[in-house]
Amino acid sequence: MNSHTINGSIRILSSEKIDVRYVAKLARIALTDDEVERFGTQLSDLLEHVDALSRLDVSQVAATAQVVESRNVERPDEERPCLNRETVLTEAPQRQGGFFRVPRIIAE
Amino acid sequence: MSETMSAREARGPHEVGGAEARPERRFEAVIGIECHVELKTRSKMFCGCPNEFGGEPNTNVCPVCLALPGALPVANTAAIEHMIRAGLAFNAEIPAFSKFDRKNYFYPDMPKDYQISQYDMPLTQGGVVRYWLDDGTMKECRLTRIHLEEDTGKSTHAGSGDGRIAGSTYSLVDFNRAGVPLMECVSEPEIHSAEEAVGYLESLRRTLQQIGVSDVKMEEGSLRCDANVSIRPVGSTELGTKTEIKNMNSFRSVHRAIESEIERQIAVIESGGRIVQETRGWDEVKGVTHSMRSKEQAHDYRYFPDPDLVPLEVSRAVVERIRAELPELPPARFVRYTTQYGLDVKQATQLIDNVALALYFDEVVNASGNAKQSTNFVLGDLSRLANETQTPVHASPVTPAHLAELIALVEGKTINSKIAKDLIERMWRGEGSPKAIVEREGLAQTSDPAAIEKFVDDVLAANEKSVGEYKAGKTNVIGFLVGQVMKASKGKADPQLVNALMKQKLES
Ligand SMILES: [Zn+2]
Repeated sequence: MNSHTINGSIRILSSEKIDVRYVAKLARIALTDDEVERFGTQLSDLLEHVDALSRLDVSQVAATAQVVESRNVERPDEERPCLNRETVLTEAPQRQGGFFRVPRIIAE
Repeated sequence: MSETMSAREARGPHEVGGAEARPERRFEAVIGIECHVELKTRSKMFCGCPNEFGGEPNTNVCPVCLALPGALPVANTAAIEHMIRAGLAFNAEIPAFSKFDRKNYFYPDMPKDYQISQYDMPLTQGGVVRYWLDDGTMKECRLTRIHLEEDTGKSTHAGSGDGRIAGSTYSLVDFNRAGVPLMECVSEPEIHSAEEAVGYLESLRRTLQQIGVSDVKMEEGSLRCDANVSIRPVGSTELGTKTEIKNMNSFRSVHRAIESEIERQIAVIESGGRIVQETRGWDEVKGVTHSMRSKEQAHDYRYFPDPDLVPLEVSRAVVERIRAELPELPPARFVRYTTQYGLDVKQATQLIDNVALALYFDEVVNASGNAKQSTNFVLGDLSRLANETQTPVHASPVTPAHLAELIALVEGKTINSKIAKDLIERMWRGEGSPKAIVEREGLAQTSDPAAIEKFVDDVLAANEKSVGEYKAGKTNVIGFLVGQVMKASKGKADPQLVNALMKQKLES
């Protein structure tokens, strides 16, 4: 993927072609060639839109990691009731005894 | 980084595999250690489910830790304070601002398909772990950072017969552990042997346990560690290609795995090969590391700030309150015991690993002013009695004040060491003040020369045969004769005086 590292984080520029197949692989989505073409265009449009922000003068704006103002939303270290296991496992596609049963894990 | 290197090189190259392991030291090992430590809290990191080991599978779960749609995480204050506590214990910086990020990847034991972690603004930055080796040498290894994240669930690979992922046909997942607060502690690559790695881990474990942030039990998975190992020619400052060693289940495995990996890498290089950057698993039975054959694609975790969690502002007041609560830490205690009190490494370590005993010992030393005798009694007679009766020393009837009193009686030669041993047994049984027992029962040592001379004369008169043997050159019978005097005096005679007088009489 075409990307640049700025302060350790990856940034994709709209002027560069987005690797839709790579993004799809990260998201575990299988795409047809047509879809790759269609989503590629759509994602590029999105990135271009976001890129408009970089044309703004933000030198007077403090950096933030959150758009909401609040800070330190915490809870005291207290136990709360859990869900009943049967309730939990009833919704599972597959179960075995008290466990969720999942397909074979392929080491990455 | 270059500063570190030059500082380290200035101290001289370290040996690979210990001083005795390799006669020629052409390579230096460079090791960094990554630990995952489960924090000791009542509830999980972002929900109120119990944080406990060993529950029935999938019983400690709720919408938050199962990632059911709409559930929102709320950070546990106790876990955040544990992070600050750990950071301060290792002299790390506690930034005023911190946040949580999402680390995106897929694995069945992680129900959200991302892990809440900390990327660029962890709760602690830097710091240093001070540790010691078996020969008492103090060492240091700097920390890169300690960050807070949530643990994953636990998967059991089934259908292959041996629980391994290879060949398994399905997996079973238990989410009890999902969302347990987890601290990731990353060291700089400043460790140079398997011994140092274990020393580092021991110190880290002792410290985290003693400040109360974790049980740090490898057997229960509350402490897990991986090692990054590379080698380079002695004198070089460049880092070689590293491998990451996993599956080490005890400190003994860490030692063996690192030794074995260093040897393997040296063999590869010496036979003209190249080290491949990869993850290698430690095989406890075969005693070797093996490639885990994972495709070494660079992970792309696409970290971004978690919009469900607001940032943390860490108040200086909280930091100072936590700093003030910290106990004396293991490395400081080690230095105090070995340099100030003259304890050997084994004695110091024994006390450090039993904090209640160490606190008791400190009180005895303070009250008696005699570190040597305090060590002898606390690690000798008292520890033996504690073992025999399964009662911790600090919970026994022998108070530090009483023990100090006993030490004073020995120091002032009011009683000899034999009486002292007898007294400590009686104090253990709850007879109270040793001074009171001595006075009540007239156990004070007899140093009156006239009284001792009488005992000596009586013994010599009654043992003519031994006297004859002594004069014929069999001088070791003096021990028997002195013993007879001690017996006659009911142990109260000053043994040194008896010895001197006996010798004088036999040789006159
Ligand atoms: Zn929960």
